[in-house]
Amino acid sequence: MSIFGALKISLVERIWANMALFAKQLQTITAGGLRSQQVRMASNEVSFHTKPYKLHKLDNGPNTSVTLNRDDALSYYRQMQVIRRMESAAGNLYKEKKIRGFCHLYSGQEACAVGMKAAMVQGDAVITAYRCHGWTYLLGSTVTQVLAELTGRMAGNVHGKGGSMHMYTDSFYGGNGIVGAQQPLGAGVALAMKYREQKNVCVTLYGDGAANQGQLFEATNMAKLWDLPVLFVCENNGFGMGTPVERSSASVEYYTRGDYVPGIWVDGMDVLAVREATRWAKEYCDSGKGPLMLEMATYRYHGHSMSDPGTSYRTRDEIQEVRKTRDPITGFKDRIITASLATEEELKAIDKEVRKEVDEALKIATTDGVLPPEALYCDIYHNTPAQPVRGALIEDTIVQPYKTSADLLKAIGRA
Amino acid sequence: MNSRLLFQSAKQVSKEIIRGKAHFTFQPSNGLPAGLENVGTTKMNLMQSVNEAMKIAMETDDSAVLFGEDVAFGGVFRCSLDLQNKFGKDRVFNTPLCEQGIAGFGIGLAAAGATAIAEIQFGDYIFPAYDQLVNEAAKFRYRSGNQFNCGKLTVRTTWGAVGHGALYHSQSPEANFTHTPGLKIVVPRGPIQAKGLLLACIRDPNPCIFFEPKILYRLAAEDVPNGDYVLPIGKAETIKSGKDVTLVAWGTQVHVALEAAQLAKEKLNVDVEVIDLQTIQPWDEDHIVESVQKTGRLIVTHEAPISSGFGAEIASTIQKRCFLNLEAPIDRVCGFDTPFPHVHEPFYMPTVSRVFDSIKKTVNY
Repeated sequence: MSIFGALKISLVERIWANMALFAKQLQTITAGGLRSQQVRMASNEVSFHTKPYKLHKLDNGPNTSVTLNRDDALSYYRQMQVIRRMESAAGNLYKEKKIRGFCHLYSGQEACAVGMKAAMVQGDAVITAYRCHGWTYLLGSTVTQVLAELTGRMAGNVHGKGGSMHMYTDSFYGGNGIVGAQQPLGAGVALAMKYREQKNVCVTLYGDGAANQGQLFEATNMAKLWDLPVLFVCENNGFGMGTPVERSSASVEYYTRGDYVPGIWVDGMDVLAVREATRWAKEYCDSGKGPLMLEMATYRYHGHSMSDPGTSYRTRDEIQEVRKTRDPITGFKDRIITASLATEEELKAIDKEVRKEVDEALKIATTDGVLPPEALYCDIYHNTPAQPVRGALIEDTIVQPYKTSADLLKAIGRA
Repeated sequence: MNSRLLFQSAKQVSKEIIRGKAHFTFQPSNGLPAGLENVGTTKMNLMQSVNEAMKIAMETDDSAVLFGEDVAFGGVFRCSLDLQNKFGKDRVFNTPLCEQGIAGFGIGLAAAGATAIAEIQFGDYIFPAYDQLVNEAAKFRYRSGNQFNCGKLTVRTTWGAVGHGALYHSQSPEANFTHTPGLKIVVPRGPIQAKGLLLACIRDPNPCIFFEPKILYRLAAEDVPNGDYVLPIGKAETIKSGKDVTLVAWGTQVHVALEAAQLAKEKLNVDVEVIDLQTIQPWDEDHIVESVQKTGRLIVTHEAPISSGFGAEIASTIQKRCFLNLEAPIDRVCGFDTPFPHVHEPFYMPTVSRVFDSIKKTVNY
């Protein structure tokens, strides 16, 4: 078990720190638990029914009866609206050529991220593929940081060095540009959690397209072999780039494709079903039973990327039909208004706030400066002292003026 | 230009990022390949000429099949447009998103006797398939004592910078493969070469990787000879003669080199000989040697990072074979030893000014 041995040495000094962190988390969890108990007793809590879950190698699964209080209702609505609005803004920026290159929009899939985030606790981690803007926002970035990253400005999530597919926050190990590459990484993150005895999971997301990458097979085996607390989440939006699932996958029952790893099919257009399934799955992982596979049945409104109009492999009518009948935001809005958790006016007020937030972010994202060119040769290696980089100027080499972007930002007063 | 000056101008540039503007002008070929002067031509861009080559390959070889991610509707760059309509779903089909599978599947298919044309959507995505190409495709013939081979496999993939592709849609991984005996590596500079060289790769009895400069797909248009023709693999082409400096490039960078050569003529009255290497493995050593024996100076330029780039191989060979002819150190103008940057692409690129500067230094040595 050399892998554990190596980890042990490098982590020794972190164990004490983590025990303290864990104690703190436990407090938070307990406090949170009490709070929700109290809320449950209050009268503003309403029950809803989700679509039935489909189970693979599980005797029981998440509850189809879920409850929702007013605060959460407003919060989920707001988060989904921010993501929708932010993605529309990104789409427009792309059309105006202010975002170049690659840009993958999350519109239509909002309930997946918002529902999962709602069930996550401090210390849980997320890693996903290139459709990462919504997750970046939910995991702590501002709309400004997301949009400015897209436009390559200093106010961006990684100061413009990453662009659309590469955004990060403390517990968010990023979007990834290579289809399926994040899957084994997620298992690795989960191993560290298990080793530190954290009651946490690593939510490892991929699409129906990436489900066919061999890396998932390898990661699934390791995750089950070592019973790692990883949730493999397939956001099945129906299309791997331009190919419908039926024509790319021998089995489209993605929740069963972990074979010996149990799985759950979830209505990914219902934020409450997603939240409940994630909560249940987290409990399963926390109890040491190892990985689970979740399939979130969802839909993307836009093409795979901006160069794909998204209409050559499906009809416009199909997209309109989903917007009309299955939209995660409209559906949720209707439910919470009908249940008197919120009024139409309140939601309109939220829409207005969201619009303002995104508009303000847009201003910064289109006017902020670009990281100076010295940033080109920062962050290559962890190195002391500054390292010469070959070919970095007309002369053969240059010694890095700054070793990291952080050093550079500090020097120009943008830390 | 010293580094301080470059920084100052860079700062001005970075205030108003210039992106999306090509860093070169496509220069159509001067004349047609030998023997094709009278076959008639059709104006095509690189995407269309690749499409045409595949169409001819499939018309002339019943066993030829084309597969890859989204190729059924034409692929993201539309190179396989209409081919499924023409040849049917049995011969042109989508694969799942699994590059390792695509490469391995292609090797098996080719080993069993079919002509396999596999598309990897971006050169940057070829790395999940790296093991299959390096350990399986390249060594099948050798390790089976020539009993088996996958020579009927051609992997087509897009290559190089596009102005805004960032880390995973811009790389030039040719040198990763030239380090593997058993593979042939080809990069065309324009539609005429793309058609002839792709057909040559498809018909070559060795596994070939054909890198298509994606920025040229639509931007490069010229009169392409009609009908079926191949251009020789392993042959470089002198596209501009000169007596003072030899400048070697391939793919998009050929056009940068031509511009720099033009500038050198205007500003320095220096005659640069520009050579398009075309095949990176096996490369046309003699052609470069002959040129350097005449000029006494060599510059190699490529988009990939400088360290262990293919320029290093050329420089090493030429210094050995032309040691007594050399009037100046061999120079390389390449991408930096950094990951391919997002906003800072304009600084990373081996631009006309950087190549020009190298010419100046080389002739003044």
